[in-house]
Amino acid sequence: MHINIILAGVGGQGILSIAAVIDHAALRSGLTIRQTEVHGMSQRGGAVQSHLRISNSEIYSDLIAEGTAHLILSVEPHEALRYLPFLAPEGRVITAIDPFINMENYPDMDDILTELHLTNSPLLVNAAELAREAGHTRTSNMVMLGAASPFIGIDAEHLESAIGELFYAKGPEIVDVNIRAFRKGQELSQTQATET
Amino acid sequence: MEKKLLLGAEAIALGALDAGISGVYAYPGTPSTEITEYIQKNSNRSSQLIRSSWSVNEKTAYEEALGMSYAGKRSLVCMKHVGLNVAADAFINSAITGVNGGLVIAVADDPSMHSSQNEQDSRVYGKFAMIPVLEPSSQQDLYTAARDAFDLSESVKLPVMLRLTTRLAHSRAGVTQADKRIQNPLQSVYSPERFVLIPQNARKQYNLLLSLQEKLETLSEHSWLNRLIPGSGSKGVIAFGLAFNYVMEVRQTFALDFPVLQIGQYPLPRTLVEQLFFECETILVAEEGYPVYEELLRGYFGNTNILGRLDGTLPRAGELSTDIIVKGLGITTSPVTQVPDIVVHRPPSLCKGCGHRDLYDALNLVMSSFAEHHVFSDIGCYTLGALEPFNAIHTCVDMGASISMAKGAADAGLRPAVSVIGDSTFTHSGMTGLLDAINDRSALTVIIADNDTTAMTGGQASSATGARLLAICKGLGVEEEHIRTIVPLKSNLEKNISVLKEEITYEGVSVVIAQRECIETASRKKRNKLASA
Repeated sequence: MHINIILAGVGGQGILSIAAVIDHAALRSGLTIRQTEVHGMSQRGGAVQSHLRISNSEIYSDLIAEGTAHLILSVEPHEALRYLPFLAPEGRVITAIDPFINMENYPDMDDILTELHLTNSPLLVNAAELAREAGHTRTSNMVMLGAASPFIGIDAEHLESAIGELFYAKGPEIVDVNIRAFRKGQELSQTQATET
Repeated sequence: MEKKLLLGAEAIALGALDAGISGVYAYPGTPSTEITEYIQKNSNRSSQLIRSSWSVNEKTAYEEALGMSYAGKRSLVCMKHVGLNVAADAFINSAITGVNGGLVIAVADDPSMHSSQNEQDSRVYGKFAMIPVLEPSSQQDLYTAARDAFDLSESVKLPVMLRLTTRLAHSRAGVTQADKRIQNPLQSVYSPERFVLIPQNARKQYNLLLSLQEKLETLSEHSWLNRLIPGSGSKGVIAFGLAFNYVMEVRQTFALDFPVLQIGQYPLPRTLVEQLFFECETILVAEEGYPVYEELLRGYFGNTNILGRLDGTLPRAGELSTDIIVKGLGITTSPVTQVPDIVVHRPPSLCKGCGHRDLYDALNLVMSSFAEHHVFSDIGCYTLGALEPFNAIHTCVDMGASISMAKGAADAGLRPAVSVIGDSTFTHSGMTGLLDAINDRSALTVIIADNDTTAMTGGQASSATGARLLAICKGLGVEEEHIRTIVPLKSNLEKNISVLKEEITYEGVSVVIAQRECIETASRKKRNKLASA
């Protein structure tokens, strides 16, 4: 088993929380992980990404090679496109479709969707709406983790308990809303899988 | 024992804690900051006191660490690569004095300049100082090497450099912890013949350092960080530091069998290198940084059997990756999807609601009334004022340079001469330049953007903010009526413009302190307060 995931988004959108949940769940499952992150200047509203590698054997490189990512998991649709060279031929894009616009020349949303549809059965998620339904707009990242959860080789229970640990200090309400968000994403992913 | 999930930087911190350090000294700098932060968060678990707050700059940090070592205890000092320029005087000379308690300097380089103004390679400094340099390639090895480095330092009585780069510093993996060692006792011995570097002592100490070199090489020959992975074929690879990971990834992915010499400890282990050269016709030299050893191995007249960054097999600049090694080894791969043309750059920017925005709005309006409107600036979040929509600053060279450069330009006759510097950068190395300006009565305005924190690196405590900054400026000799404070808010725009205008037109040294807390740290404080309530 060997899974490469590119996590993508804009600084402050919570991709490191997604990474933290997967990391802990993977370690708990006895798997090996490597996960890079961006600190420093680029964090301030810039494009950020994390390379996340999960395996049941040794992992050498912290970085994913081009054409070898099984998943691009993005919390922002334009950012998902930035990392397409990393996607394996059979790899999939799972992205939120809510644009984060902090620049003047943000591309046309229709063009972004067209490009996304050119990839191998992309899973497009209305993450903001599902997060609202779950109870808090800031849980979009957990919606996206839920949507990706059937594809990352880790049991959902392990992921849920890692969510519990990550948000433990913020109290049971925050844990619950994040778990609800995770399940919303998971549900959507499963529905889409049965439809296709 | 359960594995701990750690960044490479944190693995060094844990290794140092388990090696029984009594203190860590550092100034924040990406990608080294997390080493010290981890110790600050975890030192209370230790039964013995560990000193860990931030130093004013890398030079004071290094000297403080050397002082702790002088007193017999183990100390860690951390910085980013350009920080070592600041600490270089102390660093180089500490190799001449040698150390007592183990002294390890962890330096994080930033190839590809993710968050820096250059990609200088600290291994050059290690060679320059003639001390052992360790360069592990995984988080686990960083932990073990950090722990071992203190023993090595005490055994050769030299500081030891632990070099890492951004990718490893900011990548997480599971790390298995070993036993924890207790701290050294206080033991200070009078040894002026080592520590008083007047020429007669320094010459002896320097000769001692030279005579130690053979021993250091022998230690490298037997180090677990250097090993030859046997293979077949006429092409071999020497993989330095992090490059080892990419080389091994390629070897595994493409089921190749070439021999690999992993280098993780310097000076270079000569017999291991000779062995690889004996076995192989051509050698690819993969270094995460400058082609330091490639140049050495290639020689002045060139050896065409050596491939690397100098002959274009690998790019001359920037960090390596698996893809670069694939190309360097001449492996062909299928084409990958291209980034669609519609994708545009998303540069970092100042946060919405950040006080620096309001400061730059006011400053731009003031400067637009002058024919010359150069603004000298410095390193911090406010450097983002160089970008759209502000385009407010015109220099950013090194820590503290805004004030000294503005002073030099004022000496040349440039009017107005304006500098923008943050609170932390000012105490790091802006104060000395200000004293020069006062002594010369230069016509200069220093704007200190005081956001009460070291913001760019994530909100570390600043050495002096608020009223202490005013006191420092007054103490240095700035006239009291020309030390002004403003609050950079939209509602104060008119008021701030008039204060800035008055001081910028003053023919002497003036300081305007723009005080407004970083919105990130302010909201973090609020969240922590709510969580603890």
